[in-house]
Amino acid sequence: MKPAPFTWSAAPTLDAACGTMRAGGRAIAGGQSLGPMLNLRIAQPDRLVSIARISALCGVSETADDVTIGACVTHAQIEDGQAPDIGQDILPRVAANIAYRAVRNRGTIGGSLCHADPAADWVTVLLALGAQALTHAPSGSRIIALDGFFTGAFRTNLTPGEVLHAIRIPRLTPDARFGYYKICRKPGEFAHAMAAVFISKNIARVVIGALGTIPLVLMGAEATPDGVEPAFRSRTTMLDEVTQHMQLTAVKRAFARAAA
Amino acid sequence: MIQVQADLVREKSGVGASVLRKEDDRYMRGQGEFIADIKRPAMQELAFVRSPVAHAFIRGVKKPAGYEDRVFIAADLVGVSPITAISALPGFKRSSQPILATDKICHVGEPIAVCVAQTRAEAEDIAALVELDLEELPAIVDMRAALQPGSLLVHEPWGDNVFLETSVDHGFAAAASGAPIIISKHLRTARQCMSPMEGRGVVAMWEPRLEQLVLHTSTQMPHIVRSGLSECLGLPEDMVRIIAPDVGGGFGYKGILLGEEVCAGYLARHLGHPVRWIEDRREQLTGNANCREHDYELTAYADHDGMLLALDARAIVDAGAYSLYPFSACLEAAQIASILPGPYRMNGYRCITWSAATNKPGILPYRGVARAGVCYAMEVIMDAIAQETGLPPEEVRLRNLVLPSMMPFDNITNKHFDSGDYPEALRRALNAIDMPAWRARQAAATGTVKIGIGLAVFCEQGAHGTSVYAGWGIPMVPGFEQASARLTADGGLELRVGIQSHGQGLETTLAQVAHESLGLPIERIKITHGDTGLTPYSTGTWGSRCMVMAGGAVATACQDLAARIAPIGAHLLQVATDDVTVAHGYVSTGSRHVSIAEVARTWYRRPQDLPDGIAHGGLEVTAGYKAKRDSGTFSYAAHAAVVSVDTETGDIALLDYAICEDGGTLVNPMIVDGQLIGGIAQGIGTALYEAMRFDDNGQPSASTLADYTLPGATEMPRLRIEHMATPSPYTVFGQKGIGEGGAIGPPAAIANAVNDALRPLGVELSALPITPHMVMSALLRARRDTA
Repeated sequence: MKPAPFTWSAAPTLDAACGTMRAGGRAIAGGQSLGPMLNLRIAQPDRLVSIARISALCGVSETADDVTIGACVTHAQIEDGQAPDIGQDILPRVAANIAYRAVRNRGTIGGSLCHADPAADWVTVLLALGAQALTHAPSGSRIIALDGFFTGAFRTNLTPGEVLHAIRIPRLTPDARFGYYKICRKPGEFAHAMAAVFISKNIARVVIGALGTIPLVLMGAEATPDGVEPAFRSRTTMLDEVTQHMQLTAVKRAFARAAA
Repeated sequence: MIQVQADLVREKSGVGASVLRKEDDRYMRGQGEFIADIKRPAMQELAFVRSPVAHAFIRGVKKPAGYEDRVFIAADLVGVSPITAISALPGFKRSSQPILATDKICHVGEPIAVCVAQTRAEAEDIAALVELDLEELPAIVDMRAALQPGSLLVHEPWGDNVFLETSVDHGFAAAASGAPIIISKHLRTARQCMSPMEGRGVVAMWEPRLEQLVLHTSTQMPHIVRSGLSECLGLPEDMVRIIAPDVGGGFGYKGILLGEEVCAGYLARHLGHPVRWIEDRREQLTGNANCREHDYELTAYADHDGMLLALDARAIVDAGAYSLYPFSACLEAAQIASILPGPYRMNGYRCITWSAATNKPGILPYRGVARAGVCYAMEVIMDAIAQETGLPPEEVRLRNLVLPSMMPFDNITNKHFDSGDYPEALRRALNAIDMPAWRARQAAATGTVKIGIGLAVFCEQGAHGTSVYAGWGIPMVPGFEQASARLTADGGLELRVGIQSHGQGLETTLAQVAHESLGLPIERIKITHGDTGLTPYSTGTWGSRCMVMAGGAVATACQDLAARIAPIGAHLLQVATDDVTVAHGYVSTGSRHVSIAEVARTWYRRPQDLPDGIAHGGLEVTAGYKAKRDSGTFSYAAHAAVVSVDTETGDIALLDYAICEDGGTLVNPMIVDGQLIGGIAQGIGTALYEAMRFDDNGQPSASTLADYTLPGATEMPRLRIEHMATPSPYTVFGQKGIGEGGAIGPPAAIANAVNDALRPLGVELSALPITPHMVMSALLRARRDTA
């Protein structure tokens, strides 16, 4: 379980990272997913470029409407309140339940989104919160709504040489309610079912993750306690009965948490 | 000569004292030396090319160009023999486990070639270039299918897939006849991967000066590895020295002769430099030995008073592809047949077992060996009798348990229970969890979360010796356990034992035994173990045997040493040898004493002070020990588990857990508690988490600990541990083997608790581990059936 040969360099700046990546380099941030993949030789890049120390990726900022978290901010930093919250302590609470603290100390919010694991907490939660991905490339920057960012399990629409720069998350309005529930047997285990519910005056959004593919986003009438089940079942006919039941239980409990 | 009050020097560090572990100082400071800490000049690393498929003919193995001298295949290992672990039980079919596969692959992960390089990563790079030409065959994956007539064969010459079939019948038909209650159950337990924190590993080197292969390996049984390695390499045993350094957990996983050890030994001798192989987690999970996969068809015959009259059992063990050395493919099933009746009385018993061959790794006896499965099977039957008769589950058990007035008791399979009060253990466990209070809470739980209570009672044969193992006829039969004891010139005591301590704290407990015998300060007693060059022969550490056997050997050696000390002390005291006693660190006569240290100093440093003819044998002895009966000690325990089951997610939580155990005289109660806690964690793994599944092609489903779920600290409930202490009449201090018990009870207690919670909903589960998916699947089916 040792990786195939590769070269490693630390990019000093965002543009340097983009350049290396366009030349075939693969970005590594906290390495909490890529590390094991390298060791198992599932991933065999020739060239790794570390983006973890690029200061432009490690900052946070906030406005009256939203908070922006650098892609290389760690789960632990968010858990510890070193990044601004969007309200109701949502981001620290989600961060605190990702894997184990040892993983959270190194794993980054941007790395989690770029890895695009269907069972990752941030993928489901940030979809529900209506977050945006801020990307950077020498050719220009993009702002991509997160539901257009993921193109499949472990796939995003980042182009070669394009780096996820930061994540922008709208603040919770006073009328907004959020609930998140995941089913796993023990801390650190990948969730068997997960759902996030976001309800405000104008928006109802239910996101169901851990489906083995990109999370299912339900909106409007389908994102109500009564509307979810038929919508979910009709879109997941390939899932077995037990998995469907567990997912719907996660949805039900996410609604209950949103109402609490 | 010193005058002392002997009773004042007696410190509280002998048998029965919770002495802090001597070995922990180095462990807590990170100064333990495990196999991967060992470095030698010019040492190179090994990486194995392992089979990607479960069943195939090998058409060719092509070494990559330019690396011909760094890659070794079976044909390169000249004079090396395969591993064969036979059983003398009639009908046993032998397998031949190649060191590197020759013409056929029998399971995923089987070694085909070995690559040598400066670093493990480079060795793996070379391994990735080795080309395999394999003709894949359909895999035999399920043990029941493997036993069907016409099944494909793992070993074609056998004609079937049965290592061994056994059959016993103790008055079954007569006892079962006319029974008013007949209950049948089909139960399965999952294949597990034993997962010590430290995997296996080998550092092998050839020592030209000694003309000896010195092989460091992470093992529980260095002497057995030496015998097996010598046979495979064709080297006489005096040319092989096995050293087990600090070993980071064993649990049975390291009770084996590994092909990797043979390979490393061969290469070290022929390459002229040391080589090292460190097992990684993927190799542990996907390629190396597994455990615990049983299938039971049980029919119990009972009466309306809840008395078990007779038991009929058909048990299959999935033994995988090869019979592993030294325990063989058949120990597990043989143990099922002999201990399935557990701590209960019955008049009739019939059991047929099959050790089935499949295209999976071979099996090893994991902590508790077959007892975890057997206890689960038997305790499910006890609950079923309770259901049929309407009696409380505890009452059924109390009626069927062997009673203290019957001890010692020869059970229906002629197991000789040495001592104990089994019903009292159950009563104390029930009391510890407050059974009536939980029953009330259970009745009040009307929401989606249900509560259940489950029980398990078992006894654990440990430290069984020659007569038991001779009957199985495997490559290893324990005889007299030996210990060497040597006084140093400054009055310290060196003990050498052939067992191996890999977490049990034997460096402490054996010192306590010696302290009990001679009274020397415990910090002046040094234990050397795990080295065939330094220690007397032993079959090693397994079967909860060390405290009984090595403890007995140390006590015996200390007594023999005392007999050497006595005449010297008597001379120094100027009295007859018959007039002195040796204890508490002194040779005493009346109120006069001379210290053992003074005796040692005199014999080694001032021999001129002794007349000729005294103690010519010196102050070093090796003694052998067998218990008064070698049929084993029987520790026992009752476990009581309380669970909650979320009927919408299938999630199971342990709300309370109590154990009342009796290990006879406990040498170190603190260490026994540690053994229990660790064992229970593993038992919880068997009950709720651990399963290595294989697909239809024999591919294992997990290759990291992210996929193979082990319980961790967060899954451990608060444990209530109660001790009873009924001495064994057959051992030196009355101690009993207790090391495995923690792992035996939880699968039964937890499974019964889950079924207790779910039974009102029409659900009863009959396989381990009980996963949320399994619970929900059964609940949804039951809801559909009622709808």
